Amino acid sequence: MFGLGKKDLTLFLIVAVMALFAPFILNPFPTDSGMAQFNAGYPDLMQRFVIFGILAIGFNILFGLTGYLSFGHAAFLGVGSYAAVWMFKLLSMNVIPAILLSMIVSGLFAVVIGYVSLRRSGIYFSILTLAFAQMSYNLAYSVLTPITNGETGLQITLDDPRILGVSATADGGIPVTNLFGLEMRSFETLNIGPWAFQFSVGYYVAAIIMLISFYVAIRIFRSPFGMMLRAIKSNQNRLYYTGLNARPYTLAAFVISGMYAGLAGGLLACMDPLAGAERMQWTASGEVVLMTILGGAGTLIGPVLGAGFIKYFENIFSKINDQVVHAWVSFLPDGLENFVVAIIHPFVGKGWHLTLGLMFMLIVIFLPGGLVEGGQRISRRLRRKPAEDDAKSASTEPAE
Amino acid sequence: MDAIILQILNGLDKGSAYALIALGLTLIFGTLGVVNFAHGALFMIGAFCAVTLNRLLTLSHQVVDETRTDFLGNPLKVDVPYVQDIFGEVTGAAIIDWSVPLAILFSIPIMIGIGVIMERGLIKHFYKRPHADQILVTFGLAIVLQEIIKQIFGANPIPTPAPDVFRGSFDFGTMLGFDPNVIIYPYWRLVYFGFAAIIIGAVFAFLQFTTFGMVVRAGMADRETVGLLGINIDRRFTIMFGLAAAVAGLAGVMYAPINSPNYHMGMDFLVLSFVVVVVGGMGSLPGAVLAGFLLGILESFASMNEIKSILPGIDQIIIYLVAIIILLTRPRGLMGRKGVMED
Repeated sequence: MFGLGKKDLTLFLIVAVMALFAPFILNPFPTDSGMAQFNAGYPDLMQRFVIFGILAIGFNILFGLTGYLSFGHAAFLGVGSYAAVWMFKLLSMNVIPAILLSMIVSGLFAVVIGYVSLRRSGIYFSILTLAFAQMSYNLAYSVLTPITNGETGLQITLDDPRILGVSATADGGIPVTNLFGLEMRSFETLNIGPWAFQFSVGYYVAAIIMLISFYVAIRIFRSPFGMMLRAIKSNQNRLYYTGLNARPYTLAAFVISGMYAGLAGGLLACMDPLAGAERMQWTASGEVVLMTILGGAGTLIGPVLGAGFIKYFENIFSKINDQVVHAWVSFLPDGLENFVVAIIHPFVGKGWHLTLGLMFMLIVIFLPGGLVEGGQRISRRLRRKPAEDDAKSASTEPAE
Repeated sequence: MDAIILQILNGLDKGSAYALIALGLTLIFGTLGVVNFAHGALFMIGAFCAVTLNRLLTLSHQVVDETRTDFLGNPLKVDVPYVQDIFGEVTGAAIIDWSVPLAILFSIPIMIGIGVIMERGLIKHFYKRPHADQILVTFGLAIVLQEIIKQIFGANPIPTPAPDVFRGSFDFGTMLGFDPNVIIYPYWRLVYFGFAAIIIGAVFAFLQFTTFGMVVRAGMADRETVGLLGINIDRRFTIMFGLAAAVAGLAGVMYAPINSPNYHMGMDFLVLSFVVVVVGGMGSLPGAVLAGFLLGILESFASMNEIKSILPGIDQIIIYLVAIIILLTRPRGLMGRKGVMED
């Protein structure tokens, strides 16, 4: 069905079901229980799951398939956001033109950057993309202020033209982003017993776009074009000897992945019509890399898992403060309690980045294939085939 | 003319910092073949060594001074640093005043220690892994180090003064026959430049004129053959890693008075230093130094008002622009060798 193999179709359907029922799945704890803070089923966070999922899926098309490590992917995210907000300012508050424009603009941007950067490979490519991204970031703060509004960030205001829409609503407020009248920020709450499930329009729009992107990514992975990209990763020289020019393929992969990032940026702007240059900073690029690696570079589901994992823990860890930790370990004697809190303190709340950095290192050191490889190892261990274990891990590449 | 000289001088101190960090990066890359994204963090730790020593030296206890009174008429309580108890009032005050230069001595063992631990504990396991993995793991380490420093010292920049003698500026223009007050240059920046020149010279001399340096250079050229000759090249490379860490640390110590250390200064410098290394040519030590000064000076030229009025914003992007142009026209960088990072 849909031109997918049986395995891929199962995977796609699982992702689709998970995405559509996310408000239930991510909300396992009743609202009044102490565990409610671990719920992730509220619109803002779920939107970030799928949007950064799109970003990581796109990054994976470049890094996972061709092996080119771009350290400047956040630039496309930022460009996409700016393009979308400009569309809201000039045309209308409908999200469709905004998303289209953000993809087009970031695609063009990717053509330019890719054309230059892809002349080099390896670490040089990483540095070149990093240089371009930092350049865009610096320019957004300085010369391009008329377009980007500098440090304040680009926002929609009451005196924007909005040719196809209205500058201000009837009651004088700023109009909100919508899809043919469906407001992105509106949501329905369904109360079942102590649970409160929130269904947000914005989330479902983003989730459906994510599913489409995921489907396209599967098709790319299984296409002859995808095979070509893998050939580039495994041995570019041999490709040249066979008389094939790799650069058009890498450029195409780069542009596709840039458009994915632009789409993610556009969606971010749709959910919250605001664009700032900090989205283009190189730490943001590093975060994309981390999501992909964490989940498993070169696998289909990995980047989505990685993005969800990081965004979830970012959210949860940074919410935990000392009081919460105290409450957890209150069963311990006083001195021990304070000691445990003192130990945990640097890793939670504002110290979330420390945990992130440690996680990053541990994953790269012990689990280069990411969560997907970890899952495979566990399932293999469970099936107890130790003899086959070694042979398999030696022969199969993570590029699944 | 005077404006040009002023800009060259202004570029020197930043250029010195770039050159020192890039030198360390290249040493690590040339010897171990590892791309170290945590090098900026080492620079930052160096700067915080200066902060730490300053804080240690100013640790004090309160003494009641009977001869003076505060505004309420009570005897005045004065903070007396322990250093002044031990060395006497004058010497103690001088030691505190000179805390940044003293931090050089204080930081060398610390930095070498950190470098050796890093190499033995982490980097060693990544020689055979792809460059992407090396970049990622050292990037993670950089985040961890940065966050640890942030937890200890807080997020705000910590002013760390230079010794009193070097405070203020001197009139460089009068020495060259220009009008007074045209070319004014802070003393400490001149000290920084001189210090950087000495360190760079020392590293080159060490590699060029000592037996140890000869072995290391041989190892950089052909690691396997040197190993076959019965020389324990791994241990020497570990020491080189420690040395590179010390160079970055020293650059950071001396930079503390120029720019108050904060936890993200390492990352800020790292990106630029990588650009410097690539412009100079991966694996080329003279290239790294040359490119460091070149880009530092170019950056300060680009921030001149005359140039900014023609090309607005050029000061923000000049380094990246130059890097892109050089990488496209001279793919191996200014002085890159053939065969390094070609695949």
